[in-house]
Amino acid sequence: MAKRKSTTKMVPVPSDSIVPERDLGRAPVLETKHLGIDFGGLTAVDDFNLTVGATEIAGLIGPNGAGKTTVFNLLTKVYEPTRGAILINGQETAGMNTVQVNKAGVARTFQNIRLFNDLTVEDNVKIGLHNQVKCGTLTSILRLPSFWKKERLARERALELLSIFDMQDMASHQAGSLPYGAQRRLEIVRALATNPSLLLLDEPAAGMNPVETAELMDTITYIRDKFQIAILLIEHDMNLVMGICEGIAVLNYGRIIAKGTPDEIQNNPQVIEAYLGKQD
Amino acid sequence: MKNATKGTRYNMVTYAMVTAVFLVMQGLLLAGKVSNSLAGQLIPICVYVCMAISLNLVVGILGDLSLGHAGFMSVGAFTGVVVSMSLTFLPPLVRLLLAIAVGGAMAGVAGVIVGVPVLRLQGDYLAIVTLAFGEIIKNLLNNLYVGVDKKGLHFSMKDAQALRLKDGTILINGPMGAPGIDKLSTFVVGFLLVLVVLTVTLNLIHSRTGRAIMAIRDNRIAAESVGINVTKYKLMAFVTSAALAGMSGALYALNYSSILPKKFDFNTSILVLVFVVLGGMGNIRGSIIAATVLTILPEALRGLNDYRMLIYAVVLILVMLATNNPILMNNLTLLKKKLRGKGKGGASHG
Repeated sequence: MAKRKSTTKMVPVPSDSIVPERDLGRAPVLETKHLGIDFGGLTAVDDFNLTVGATEIAGLIGPNGAGKTTVFNLLTKVYEPTRGAILINGQETAGMNTVQVNKAGVARTFQNIRLFNDLTVEDNVKIGLHNQVKCGTLTSILRLPSFWKKERLARERALELLSIFDMQDMASHQAGSLPYGAQRRLEIVRALATNPSLLLLDEPAAGMNPVETAELMDTITYIRDKFQIAILLIEHDMNLVMGICEGIAVLNYGRIIAKGTPDEIQNNPQVIEAYLGKQD
Repeated sequence: MKNATKGTRYNMVTYAMVTAVFLVMQGLLLAGKVSNSLAGQLIPICVYVCMAISLNLVVGILGDLSLGHAGFMSVGAFTGVVVSMSLTFLPPLVRLLLAIAVGGAMAGVAGVIVGVPVLRLQGDYLAIVTLAFGEIIKNLLNNLYVGVDKKGLHFSMKDAQALRLKDGTILINGPMGAPGIDKLSTFVVGFLLVLVVLTVTLNLIHSRTGRAIMAIRDNRIAAESVGINVTKYKLMAFVTSAALAGMSGALYALNYSSILPKKFDFNTSILVLVFVVLGGMGNIRGSIIAATVLTILPEALRGLNDYRMLIYAVVLILVMLATNNPILMNNLTLLKKKLRGKGKGGASHG
């Protein structure tokens, strides 16, 4: 497997972050300001400042228990932040719930896969299209002509999205019966179906073999290019992170200890210390 | 369109099954070949089939255990009685249909009132609170007095005297229930109601709304993450289910000359839940079959006197063991596939 490395030119922005140079003309898709959350007396995340450019692939890495998934849960309002602000496409998200944040443009996958296991692959994607292809309950019950039109549209869109991962042939399979790697991919398709401007991927390569991971790297880049969206991913596979992420933030004990390009992160002594321990 | 046609075909088979059974029974009825006891059971069977389908919407499709379904049935039943008995100048069929429609609407309203606070809870807590609400509705009806005279309807929560009727009739007399009902229900209307309930439920399940409801059942957090308003769709399923139960309640009440509020207690809720569980959660066709068989069974076993309930219980246990046995179910699906394969080679079995 050939080692890849992103060659994007990153430029600093206010708020102590970097974004790809091509995104400078556009508002950042995500901006957090001094974000933090306490669980009782325990501070899980503190002073978290991150800016993600409109078409950036950004990575969030850190040792186990650093608070990476907690950050995702804050961004999607599974948890309400104790401190700080989250801006999505410049819009303040205080007071929003998970559903509203999704409508504002944030979609996510989960570390422990959360599919609708009893339903088919196609239905899983159609559920992702819930707010994209709308059809009223009464129209559905009465099977009015517009119901059939909307159903056909939903099906077309679902199959089109599934074809990104070459999964259209699995459309009628039960989601829970899919192999692990396919379940992970289906979660990404479902998230994409909500038409997000920011896609949060929580360990997308977990459980995948090197070949699958390499394919996934291509697909993530492809998704960014095709949909022109930003992707923020949590990942432990350093080949993937260093290969496709343009900007990386390293989290340790709930705080960002380093931000930079893959090159900068790889050579940062604090990052090496967080992962490998202090050298005597 | 493979997937869509598969679902549609399954639905069509269900409709065809119900219609076929109805036509056979109707034919036998006209030929006078149906025993009195079975003829008397036809409408209750329709009612319990509707009740089972509607409860399956909450228990199987939404995935919330509700133990107060008889409460909504009773709201529909007593509303139906009041509507039909206060509109005696209309033809019987119109009175019956109006009773069913208004009964369903009132039960739907009750569904909203109960659902808004109750659906915040999950699992066991939801079950306990729905149980309580079912009992509360029963007790409210136990204290409700309704009468009608030339001036219109009179309501009271005190006693029959408080109605101050001027040579009118008492329609609902507290714990004594509704004493003088015109028996308006017919098997044909019962069958049509089954079709309506079935259509509403199946069409709802196979739609955007139904997918949202099942998404909440399978994974609430994931459903929220793709922008599904959990409260809205839970309430929608709950209220639809309550309205359908109300409609069947109206049909039920107008099949008897008198009914008591205590008929719609916890036991009735559990009875319907048994139909749903034995028919298979989320399996609408199973609910229909279970409700039919288990309504006929106790009557059919009447000849066995003392052993009747014993056999009924044994049958319940056997069905439960069989449907929860993965090896048996697996073999059954294999057998089905084999039969279907043969059917395609030979004559078309549909």
